[in-house]
Amino acid sequence: MALPPPDPVFVLRGTGAAVHALHFSCGGPEPDIPLLFSGSENGFIHVWNLKTHRVDTALDGHGRKSVCCVETMGGKDRLLSQGRDQRICLWDLAEGRTSVTDSVFTEHVGFCRCSLLKVAQGRWLMAMAARSLEEVQILELPSKTSVCTLKPEVGAKLGMPMCLKLWQLSCGSEPMLLAGYEDGSVLLWNVSMGKALSRLNCHQEPVMSLDFDSEKAKGISGSSEKVLSIWSLNEQQNLQVYKTHELVNAGISDITIRPDKKILATAGWDHRIRIFGWKKLKPLAVLDYHTATIHCVSFSDHSNPRERLLAAGSKDQRISVWSIYAQT
Amino acid sequence: VCFIPGGLDCSISFVSHVLGKVCVHGRQKEILGVLVPCLTDLTKSDCIWQRICWRLVECVPDRWMEAVVLGFVQRAPGADVLSRLLGNLVVKNKKAQFVVTQKMLLLQYGHTTAVLQSLLGHLALDSPRRTLLLRVLKELLETWSSSSAVKHSPAEQQLYISKAILICLSHLKEPEIESCRQELLTSMMEGVKCHLDSSLPQLRRLGMVVAESISWKINTEGPVLKFEYEEDDETRELKSLLVQTPSFSVVLSLPDDDRSEEAGAVLPLVPETDEKSYPADPIPVMPDEGSDAELDSDDDLIPYDMSEDKALKIKAPVYIRDCIEVLTGSRSEDVDKWEATVKALESLVRRNPAAAREVSVELAKILLHLEEKTCIEGFVELRQRAQVAVLITDPIPVAKYLTSQFYSLNYSLRQRIDILDVLVLAAQELSCPKFHGKSKLSGAQKPCVQLLPGSDSSKGWRRIVDERIKSKTRRFDMGQSRAELASHPNEFNSVAGHFFFPLIQHFDRPLTTFDLLGEDHFVLGRLVHTLAILMYLAVNTVAVTAMGKALLEFVWALRFHTDSYVRQGLLSCISSLLLSVPTERILADMTEELLETQSWLGDVMEKDPDGDCRRLALQNLLLMENLKKKLEAVPS
Repeated sequence: MALPPPDPVFVLRGTGAAVHALHFSCGGPEPDIPLLFSGSENGFIHVWNLKTHRVDTALDGHGRKSVCCVETMGGKDRLLSQGRDQRICLWDLAEGRTSVTDSVFTEHVGFCRCSLLKVAQGRWLMAMAARSLEEVQILELPSKTSVCTLKPEVGAKLGMPMCLKLWQLSCGSEPMLLAGYEDGSVLLWNVSMGKALSRLNCHQEPVMSLDFDSEKAKGISGSSEKVLSIWSLNEQQNLQVYKTHELVNAGISDITIRPDKKILATAGWDHRIRIFGWKKLKPLAVLDYHTATIHCVSFSDHSNPRERLLAAGSKDQRISVWSIYAQT
Repeated sequence: VCFIPGGLDCSISFVSHVLGKVCVHGRQKEILGVLVPCLTDLTKSDCIWQRICWRLVECVPDRWMEAVVLGFVQRAPGADVLSRLLGNLVVKNKKAQFVVTQKMLLLQYGHTTAVLQSLLGHLALDSPRRTLLLRVLKELLETWSSSSAVKHSPAEQQLYISKAILICLSHLKEPEIESCRQELLTSMMEGVKCHLDSSLPQLRRLGMVVAESISWKINTEGPVLKFEYEEDDETRELKSLLVQTPSFSVVLSLPDDDRSEEAGAVLPLVPETDEKSYPADPIPVMPDEGSDAELDSDDDLIPYDMSEDKALKIKAPVYIRDCIEVLTGSRSEDVDKWEATVKALESLVRRNPAAAREVSVELAKILLHLEEKTCIEGFVELRQRAQVAVLITDPIPVAKYLTSQFYSLNYSLRQRIDILDVLVLAAQELSCPKFHGKSKLSGAQKPCVQLLPGSDSSKGWRRIVDERIKSKTRRFDMGQSRAELASHPNEFNSVAGHFFFPLIQHFDRPLTTFDLLGEDHFVLGRLVHTLAILMYLAVNTVAVTAMGKALLEFVWALRFHTDSYVRQGLLSCISSLLLSVPTERILADMTEELLETQSWLGDVMEKDPDGDCRRLALQNLLLMENLKKKLEAVPS
């Protein structure tokens, strides 16, 4: 007899606008307060205190244009945010400051979220969609030097890049980029060489979101249709479709795999969060709380597994936080 | 006829005279049937015979020249043969020139395409004759682009002229096109305008095909005019005329081959497929699961109950007033709800007639002005069905509203035609209630034909009217052996007048944006057809006689309208009238008008340029005859 799905542990209200980006920062040692960063459509980034469930700080750095991505860079004191004012801002939040230390002008008017990867102590690579239609630019942060520009070849007709993920197999190996494009294909790029290694047409509609498990060399992508596509990377660095899963309702905004690679969560246009087992994509739960389409999901990075949380931000301006499968 | 070759000077004028006299008396077929094949063989390689043949035709006296030339052109199996037989007759002889360049092309139009091909090909073959070809083309284009010709000449003649133009175009060479490019362009622009203005779809298509061809010919680089129309046999045949197949002439070499090469080059370039340097794999599913040796650690994750997870259905509103709220768009964000409302509206209205009646006029107003907000499949049909449902639920006020709006300012032509279509559909449904699944009446009842109002709704109705006419005629021949068609309650009865009379009232009152008797003759045509259908559906209603009288007056006022679509509609009105109004009433109340109508119909039947009009007039006269005979047959 299956149990009914759990209710959210708590719900954060007060953003005042649809929530487009979420990022946890709970890994710090004990006196540090676990935080959740959220980016909203009104241009504000709210820093939520997960103990009091209230907003500690509100950051206004994108000229009231929607914030589509928030990430921390090595701790909660340094924040990166991307907004639809065509800027990526770097924030210094230590000791209560709320200032923008640096910014990158992307000239990108689409919705593609940037992707960060730490390659060495104090050095990051960031992949972002650039001004030209089909290109992805890789920058090194904090120096903001351009590492390379990844241009698909002429006639490939990929459209805009929709979602990016930088990864490397282990620290020190070559960084790679997985990019999902408007025509429904996923491309694997080698960043150091600036070359595309493999292309996979896995969707008929634009790829909305993707995530990748570098240990198992398996990834998953979702688009605006009813199908989730799981693909794998073989030894020759070729992408192949491993399996597809059909959903009840069409439209996926975001997919994320939990850091322990056991489960993954998808954010649906049908207002529901779906949880699947990562190993075989077994459907585990459907969390039905929101009343409008869900834009983002994120797993927390708690060091204690029992405290792990899942957060979902939706167009109904609420962030629901869940504790699910935290015992395993 | 055998001649002694070898330098003897013979006179063959006697033979020419004989030939001429025979042809003029109408025996072209017999004599030329023997002569032409004979001469064709003889002139194939022998120059002397060619010259003899040319002398033969040149010596035919002028008064018989036309018959001879006509006969030759019709019989010759190709342009090159014709050239061998006639030589440069058309250049030398004025009468022959007139026949070939004017009479056969502009004044007659009964010749086949093959004859046209050989005639124009003949003109194209030799340089002295090519000037004639250009002149012919210019005159053809003048006729094609003249608006009075388009309006008044029969469709068959226009088709003939279009074919001739296309064949001429196919023979033109580059330098010639260069010299008359400007004229071609001007004629094309004028001609296209007249053709597109016409109400008959066939003429519009003809205009489009010819304009495209001219544009293609004169613009070898740069964008070419391209229309969207349905391809059918006629258009395909026309387009094939633009391409000349290489002729196998021996004596006169002809650069016809490059014509077909040009045609080959015109085939659309297939877009090159993308070349990918890296492999783009197809989507095979790798069956990996069976041989998975890893421990299945997913087992310890117990799924929750997911029975609630069903496909999302946007709920449409359940009450009609809610629908009105959604459609009047106070919250423009909720497009899903708007879509669901549009889809559900018709069934809601039909299921709640009482509630619909309270808000019927408001709903009608909203629907008339409703525009497509998102991309729904079949939006136009959904809207129309909803309008019909509203009209049926509350016929009188809604009909009053719609007919008044038909004559109001500031509506688009599309909206006015929508009003007419909705009235027709609703009338049909009201008069044949068994449309909606009630039990069909048995046996001899003819099932109602589904009406799809489109640009050819008149054709559908003509079919029905034809069938009914046929049935009536047959019934007379067999006496009274067939049982009368069973009657059924006609809900249209009480409202027929409300549909009909407001539409017919104001047709002669022009408004600033809408002038039925002037520019908007297309809408007038549709209006007339609508009135015909309403008349037809009003059979057995109380108002039918009054409707008939009003309709007869209306038809009388418009009977000389220049647009053939309107005239066809008027004739359908008469048919409907004769079929619907009971015979006794016709003969009692409308005798004088009917007599006048009869003489008008006779006139139309003989003199109208449009074939369909003539046919309809004939049908009407037959119907009238039947009426008279029927009354005589009933014992008084």
